[in-house]
Amino acid sequence: MLNNKLNLSPDIFTKKIESKLMRDGFGHGLLEAGEKDERIVVLTADLKESTKVNYFADKFPERFIEVGVAEQNLVTIASGMANYGKIPFVTSYSIFSPGRNWEQIRTTIGIDGYPVKIIGAQSGLNIGHYGVTHQGLEDIALTRVIPNINVIVPSDYLEAKKATLEMAKIDKPFYMRLPRIESPVYTTEKTPFKIGKANILTESKKPEVTIIATGLMVYDALLAYRELEKSGIETIVINMHTIKPLDTETIIKYARLTGAVVTIEEHQVIGGLGSAVSETLAQNFPVPIEILGVKDRFGQSGKSKELFKEYGLTKENIEKAVKKVIARKNS
Amino acid sequence: MIKKTVEELEEISKEVRQDVIKMILKAGYGHPAGSLGMVDVFVAMYYDVLNHDPKNPNWVDRDRLILSNGHICPSRYAVMAHSGYFEHKELMRLGEFGEILQGHPDKRFLPSLETTSGPLGSGLAQGSGIAYSARMDKKRFRTFVITSDGEHDEGNHWEAVMFAAKNNLSNLTMIIDRNNIQIDDFTENVMPLEPLSDKYKTFGWSVLEVDGHNIEEIINACKKARSIYENPTVIIAHTIPGYGVDFMENNPNWHAKAPNDLDAKKAIKEIRTMQGRISPYGE
Repeated sequence: MLNNKLNLSPDIFTKKIESKLMRDGFGHGLLEAGEKDERIVVLTADLKESTKVNYFADKFPERFIEVGVAEQNLVTIASGMANYGKIPFVTSYSIFSPGRNWEQIRTTIGIDGYPVKIIGAQSGLNIGHYGVTHQGLEDIALTRVIPNINVIVPSDYLEAKKATLEMAKIDKPFYMRLPRIESPVYTTEKTPFKIGKANILTESKKPEVTIIATGLMVYDALLAYRELEKSGIETIVINMHTIKPLDTETIIKYARLTGAVVTIEEHQVIGGLGSAVSETLAQNFPVPIEILGVKDRFGQSGKSKELFKEYGLTKENIEKAVKKVIARKNS
Repeated sequence: MIKKTVEELEEISKEVRQDVIKMILKAGYGHPAGSLGMVDVFVAMYYDVLNHDPKNPNWVDRDRLILSNGHICPSRYAVMAHSGYFEHKELMRLGEFGEILQGHPDKRFLPSLETTSGPLGSGLAQGSGIAYSARMDKKRFRTFVITSDGEHDEGNHWEAVMFAAKNNLSNLTMIIDRNNIQIDDFTENVMPLEPLSDKYKTFGWSVLEVDGHNIEEIINACKKARSIYENPTVIIAHTIPGYGVDFMENNPNWHAKAPNDLDAKKAIKEIRTMQGRISPYGE
């Protein structure tokens, strides 16, 4: 059953569930954070509206800075502003930031730990028709490998908003990835959100597998959970909204409890959530793991649903992986 | 600080040049050409131009000096030691484990540096971010950024050139070390930069040019830059790489090569005899 303590949406498995943009959650959160803290400045690389910093820009034009299509400049100017004492949020698409400007992020933000918040929108396969050049599938790997940088992957509108408000208060660099499409708002205002603390979405007396999901895949994991439950397989679904610092304590605890893990992310399987979970478990409590994600391939154009099916990111894929990992555990 | 005369500053430059040679010899690593070439600029900055306080290095209203081409840090370190930021003996621990003077500038180990730097092309953007923020808060300090000519190959640099001009960052001054060399060859062979002055003018900057070994000219140009309110100013400092050591001057081979003992002795002797002001030892 669902974890009551989390106050998830009562509409979670109904058609009434509302769909919203995580980008809007970020944009609204940023506006609120900007009202609370005058040090917050926002920079964008010619993507004001699609990264939803227009709300902030309209309210605080004097704290909004357009740098043009120049992602290296985006983060290095932000580095200077943070060096001075500002709290910069910088927005672009994940393929360009942290894609194009990785070394600048490492050198001018990472090493000295400046509180620059890097927002990579339009990440993942879900951006669909834009095609391979714009589908950022490597951003989690690129950012989590840099010391000092925290990595957040929210799973719905409200979580994106809460994450934005939280990171604004923390004197450290952050990367947050956001998808393009709307997604079900399965949490509520009352659902707790703490950076570095995973949310355990389901409870069970005899769970067989732990499903650890991040971003858009969390809701699919919940749908898979429900289907599996119908066929008598109980699972624990974990929303790993923070990839770094990783909640290793929770991962180890549930690996012990269930003895098998499935991870799913809309990202390359190399270097992402599955890798991070595997690194933790291999060193602490090895159990069979199935890693779902994009398996060392490039994307292509198509509808989100078509792409998720082609690349193995559906609830059916999760169900299959759960059954496979149970067989491995029992063999 | 009571300001020194130009002649006194020239004497300090000679001492700094000797330190630079000794530091790079001891470390067995470094960039002697660019380091020697920029000694006079650093001396002018720390002894005259900058509004700073070595005993209170993080004073909020200090002028900022960003070193974008971090690889010439031996000369900045040496001038910082001479002007009281840390003890002179630290210079001989350049690049050693756990020491404050890391091989490239590292603010974690030496917090009185403005930035951690080395990878080229990012310093002007960082300085622009500081200058932009300062103007937002109506701060009066000036941000100086030292860049190399070789790093003008980097796209990030030109992105920042456009940003600073767009925003009329008149509280920002860049000093280019125009020494015409980079690692592989002369700049004009690797990737031609001329007409550099015209490039900056068409990009919307005020341009001043100085002899990078004439301390008085450097000081005066920085003063003039403070009085230009329309746009950012670039001072193109024409320097001689390896300045003060005959066999290093204008030779790209000394961009990133440490001298051996014999080279170093010869180099130090040449520096001591510069302009005939000091007699060489042992002669």
